Amino acid sequence: MKHANRGLRVMLVDDDQARLAMMEQALVAEGHVIVVRLDAQADLLAGVTLHQPDVIFIDVDAPSRDTLESLGQIHRERPRPIVLFAARSDAETAHRAVHAGVSAYVVDGLHPTRLSALLDVAIARFEVHQALSRELSAANARLADQRDIEKAKGMLMKRRKIDEDEAYGMLRKMAMDRKQRIGDYARLLLAASDLL
Amino acid sequence: MMNGLEKSRVRLGMLPLADAAPLIVARSCGFFARHGLDVELSVERAWAALRDKVAAGVLDGGQMLAPMPIAATLGLDGVAVPMVTAMVMSLNGNSITVSRALHARMVRYLPEGPTAGSCATALAAVIAEQRERGGRRPIFAHVFPFSAHHYELRMWLASADIDPDNDVQLCVVPPSQMVSELESGRIDGYCVGEPWNEVALQRGVGVAVASKHEIWNNSPEKVLGVTRDWAQEHPNTHRAMVAAMIEAARWLDIEDNRHEAATLLVSEHMLDAPAASIFASLRMRTGGIVFHRGAATYPWRSHAVWFILQMLRWKQCWLAPNFSDIAFDVYRCETYREAAALVGEPCPRADYKSEGARFIGSPTPSTDGGSIMLGPDAMLDGSIFDAADPLGWLKLQRHGLPTVGYASLLSANVRHS
Repeated sequence: MKHANRGLRVMLVDDDQARLAMMEQALVAEGHVIVVRLDAQADLLAGVTLHQPDVIFIDVDAPSRDTLESLGQIHRERPRPIVLFAARSDAETAHRAVHAGVSAYVVDGLHPTRLSALLDVAIARFEVHQALSRELSAANARLADQRDIEKAKGMLMKRRKIDEDEAYGMLRKMAMDRKQRIGDYARLLLAASDLL
Repeated sequence: MMNGLEKSRVRLGMLPLADAAPLIVARSCGFFARHGLDVELSVERAWAALRDKVAAGVLDGGQMLAPMPIAATLGLDGVAVPMVTAMVMSLNGNSITVSRALHARMVRYLPEGPTAGSCATALAAVIAEQRERGGRRPIFAHVFPFSAHHYELRMWLASADIDPDNDVQLCVVPPSQMVSELESGRIDGYCVGEPWNEVALQRGVGVAVASKHEIWNNSPEKVLGVTRDWAQEHPNTHRAMVAAMIEAARWLDIEDNRHEAATLLVSEHMLDAPAASIFASLRMRTGGIVFHRGAATYPWRSHAVWFILQMLRWKQCWLAPNFSDIAFDVYRCETYREAAALVGEPCPRADYKSEGARFIGSPTPSTDGGSIMLGPDAMLDGSIFDAADPLGWLKLQRHGLPTVGYASLLSANVRHS
């Protein structure tokens, strides 16, 4: 599967015209669309809202990177992968960052044909991160469910003087009657009992 | 190597801000050298860049916004390399400035001798007026999603019943661009650290309407952060770094030294701001930057819990964390105490304190058997926050609603008996 991510809408942010031209050429050659080129002082939020890029290329040291961080927060439902590039003199940053999984870095002066491969890496890594965040939330929820169901069962057994199976049956029926997930209902019971 | 340092050459990142002074002082006045450290300071242009370089190991650590290591450890910042801090670099020092145009409209609603509270109320009146006329919402900038600035701005707005998510528009602007953005009218106000409020004032572009010490007095601003792994691999270097920085902070809070510190900052050309505003930023005054007094350098775990709550309240956190586990992991009181012992610094015996209840200074027991006078920690909205019951505080808030269910938070924080 070579370059699965074709025809992407790319936003380029940099003050270095030569570097911009090099990247643009390489990306266009790979079938991507440059929707906007901005200098580092430009209003990035407005640029993103207006042009709806799929991916953003920005200098690792641009002050406006903090603005992009907030973008990730605001548009959590549709965050965008960001490709960072660094000056050749800062190759150490790039290599270490790629190694550490921080982000995909493109080093200035890199052969243009590698740009698109790096774009794929950035997007793949971004998607892995998104999936991990989702999985982590789901895993946390499952763990919490197990723990709270156990606790609620224990509480019912003690209060009603019933055995474990009966307690679980009662919990499940009460949750079903109220059209709630059993974990959520267990938490409600526990919260209520905390107040007593 | 001296003191068994795992590493003596250290690269630390900072942003060009007045409250980076402890790093500059520790290097230039020989505090780092005294602890066997040869420190190179790297001036970064964005918090995101600093964070990435620390996460990647290009930098050993650096000045960070106090909530950054927490966001990193919770994995909310998109990088998710866990970070820790064992020392607070500064308290207070931020202000909220509004444009002259907005201030002119607020003036009609302001009493004589305006305060942070009455300014927020006046802003609420202007917003209501504007809504009736169909005008656009005011735009306020801060510096980073996970910053004390961001939470202070929201707390100030919410104190006058302004909904930060609907009644105004919030955005992030790099500190050095704040004044020009305000001047151009692209934003109507901002919350930023020094020297950028001083610059706006001296250039007549804006008016300061609230300061961090009025919003939450003596609250943490910047910390010295490293990755969790780095801290584990370099315990002696970490301890030496914190010890040197405590000495620098102690030196900085002697009033006579502030002028010398400002001269140092100006001569190092690290801050791209007029010298007069740098001198004004470091002047000792009510609401100014605090580096040392009142156990300022101590990483209270109650501060960490407070920041986690803000991340939840303002929908930045979609997980249900265990508050005390995260506070224990990220804010390293133990390392601080070890470092403090090296430089004869008394430190609080407790890891937590109540927040918001001190309207005047009061003492706390210290590890040397005596006590330390803590500064007031009152909050603008009158909140009193007990870290033993963080959810109780969360439930009381009118604006902001966690995306995480209350039940999930409760179950993640059930006290194990």
